[in-house]
Amino acid sequence: MTVTVINIILLCLLVITALAINKQRNLFAATMLTGIYSLICASLFVCLDAVDVAFTEAAVGAGIATILFLGTLALTGFEEKTRVKISIPALLLVSITGGLLIYGIQDMPAFGDANTPVQTYLSGKYIDESATEIGVPNLVTSVLASYRGYDTFGETTVIFTAGIGVLMLLGRGRKNRKGLLDEDDA
Amino acid sequence: MMFEIVTYMILFAMLLALISAIIGQSVYDKILAVNIFGTITVLFIALFGFLTERPEFLDIALVYALINFITTIAILKFFEYGDMGRSSHINDQADI
Repeated sequence: MTVTVINIILLCLLVITALAINKQRNLFAATMLTGIYSLICASLFVCLDAVDVAFTEAAVGAGIATILFLGTLALTGFEEKTRVKISIPALLLVSITGGLLIYGIQDMPAFGDANTPVQTYLSGKYIDESATEIGVPNLVTSVLASYRGYDTFGETTVIFTAGIGVLMLLGRGRKNRKGLLDEDDA
Repeated sequence: MMFEIVTYMILFAMLLALISAIIGQSVYDKILAVNIFGTITVLFIALFGFLTERPEFLDIALVYALINFITTIAILKFFEYGDMGRSSHINDQADI
């Protein structure tokens, strides 16, 4: 009961933040509000028992995304070009898409339902057999590192490649032939 | 019961921090509001662990506190120097 009420309050805060972001014309204020939005999302994920997702949300959403936004703002300026015109087709499109998504939710099983395919088909096997099959005490670790080992390996490779790419793009200031720093590239 | 009351109060504090982030005039008001909001989130997660009788969440709250601190430092650094792409070849105030 209490958790439901907390969820409702957090969702209300989320809506308020989203509306405030929409109304902001100062892009720095909007960036700060996106940080708050991520923190509320993270709290919600904790309430939904998805602690790892909450972790990622806080680190990426509130941490790195805010800093990236700020870096962009340093290049582009802090004020949004004011535009009061509301585009009716866009509003319609967004409403229809939102309506369809809400309609699609009705097919989903209830939150925490024990009879969903996810719960009946594989979870039991993992819980019963992973200790003997893999021998790792932590269930999540054995799923990620063994049952889905190739998947995780692929993900890690992708993230590693992306990291190298970003580091190369950012650069560390190229050195010219004499070994001195080229001022233009720094 | 006690945890529930405190949780609701924390949620109310969240609302207040949010309002201060929305109506705050200067840049520093906003930074302060986000920092406060992060702290309140840490408190909320810690409390939520006790509310659902799983105080193991306390560790997560600690990591949140660290992330929050780093973000605030980064934002303030940004305002002090104007950019974050500093290279250590030319500047001793660079981070990388």
